[in-house]
Amino acid sequence: MPVYIGKRLLVAIPTLLIISIFVFSLQKLLPGDPILAMAGEERDPAVIEFLRDKYRLNDPVIMQYFYWLGGVLTGDFGISLRTNQPVLELIMEKLPVTIQLATMAMFFAMIIGIPIGIIAAVKKNTFVDYLANILALSGLSIPNFWLGIMLILLISVQLGWLPASGYESIFVDPVRSLQTMVMPAFVLGNALAATLMRHTRSAMVGVMSADYIRTARAKGLSPKEVILSHSFRNALLPVVTLSALLFGELLAGAVLTEQIFTIPGFGKLIVDAVFNRDYAVVQGVVLCTAVGFILMNLIADILYVILNPRLRATL
Amino acid sequence: MTTIDQAPAIVAPKKEKSRAWRKMKRNKSALVGMCIVSFFALLAIAAPFLPIPDPIATSWTAIRKAPSAAHWLGTDDLGRDILSRMIWGAQASLMAGVFSVAIAVGIGVPFGLVSGYFGGWVDMIISRITEALLAMPFLIMAIALAAFLGPSLTNAMIAIGLSAMPIFVRLTRGQVLAVKTEDYVEGARSVGLNHFEIMTRYILPNVFAPIIVQATLTIATAIIAEASLSFLGLGQQPPSPSWGSMLNVAKNFLTQAPWMAMWPGIAIFLVVIGFNMLGDGLRDALDPREA
Repeated sequence: MPVYIGKRLLVAIPTLLIISIFVFSLQKLLPGDPILAMAGEERDPAVIEFLRDKYRLNDPVIMQYFYWLGGVLTGDFGISLRTNQPVLELIMEKLPVTIQLATMAMFFAMIIGIPIGIIAAVKKNTFVDYLANILALSGLSIPNFWLGIMLILLISVQLGWLPASGYESIFVDPVRSLQTMVMPAFVLGNALAATLMRHTRSAMVGVMSADYIRTARAKGLSPKEVILSHSFRNALLPVVTLSALLFGELLAGAVLTEQIFTIPGFGKLIVDAVFNRDYAVVQGVVLCTAVGFILMNLIADILYVILNPRLRATL
Repeated sequence: MTTIDQAPAIVAPKKEKSRAWRKMKRNKSALVGMCIVSFFALLAIAAPFLPIPDPIATSWTAIRKAPSAAHWLGTDDLGRDILSRMIWGAQASLMAGVFSVAIAVGIGVPFGLVSGYFGGWVDMIISRITEALLAMPFLIMAIALAAFLGPSLTNAMIAIGLSAMPIFVRLTRGQVLAVKTEDYVEGARSVGLNHFEIMTRYILPNVFAPIIVQATLTIATAIIAEASLSFLGLGQQPPSPSWGSMLNVAKNFLTQAPWMAMWPGIAIFLVVIGFNMLGDGLRDALDPREA
């Protein structure tokens, strides 16, 4: 297993390098000269030259990339223009908020998507199956920012059950934290529930037509035992790995959800950075999201091997 | 004898097409999807000719009016007719969906073709870049690109198109790998056709079905992405209407004018579900394994 993990990590290196080139190039896409903006209205040529030297902008672009990459590898993502804080510090500050949101969203996605997927597979081609399919299709088609707005209108404004916005750390006030996060987590988990439902259904339908399920039935096992102990256990494999992959997607999906519910997380950080033209933060967030995504891919692959005894035996 | 130049390109036979169409007609969900998409497309095309108020004309006497006979869907915070803005917004949303997918297909398919057909180091380079681009979540990449390109509908379309492009590279490459060892491709090669002719006349027509299915489903994603970017203020700029930017304004008037938020969301939902149903139907119809 360690050799397998090592190999997978090695494969990720070129991917990460290409991502770093892309993120660095984003900066070069910017119209205008950032040094002129920094030099102020007087634009003293000596100041401009000093700044160019300081930021090594007189060096060839390829060297600039290596300087930047060297900084990133040592944790120096630059300084936020808006808050004057190091970008990495900002990201580390906001990341736990988004991880809490994403974990709760994944919880909602699993408790909604997996049971409905199982029921749809068991009741294949019946009214229940069609209804589940319509639900899944609707879940995939509802823009989550609109769903968020509608839930605020109904649950917070009309019924007054939950707060419409805000955030409290789970370590400070767990009850308040859960109250503020339930609605955004449901909104974020909604589309994932639909995806999980579709995959669970399809995996279950495949497994339920297998010979060993027919044997289990012939042995006289109850339908519940056949479904839960035999079918679901085997259908779980692709569902678990998919969940790990979807966790990466959640980080991206959090952008709009955090914006609507004013949650001070990773997603809000990138949107605020975009509007304040705080490009070092945008670059840092894009890079971290990509690294997180690759990490989740790796975890999905490892889980797949751990859960599948046939693959485990080949390692 | 038929010369090589006159040799017909190998495309799906007529019988195959009619079988797919028959399957499509039997699929009620796909037909409903097609009707929804056609309805919105017609609305978007007919927008300039419909007897509706100017979508950007403000009226200080009609600010945030609830739906009535004069304004069927109500008015917004500047007294503009929401129905009119919805119809013109359909144009922006559908245009964004179709154009961004055209960009994604236009760039992604040729790269996928070349990657799969030539293999070797060309394939290695294109595949590594595609993998790297796929590692960046779609919306984050679109937001980053739109931020660096500057906020406008055109730039949002470019950002969404470029973000969706790697899916088409990977899909096309996979299809080409499956097709390029077929006898008819070997035959075309053995009679001396050049690589470009083999790729465009013999391989592309045979890998196009899954690309069309993916394109239809990606239009749905692109419409949501455009609405998301406009909602964040990175897409369509005021006063021009788009469903996402209408929602962006509406969220500030939830208690005073909830109808402002309701209609654009319903429209996005309907058009996206329409494309998803159509895409699912096309996939079933074009899948030879499905009876």
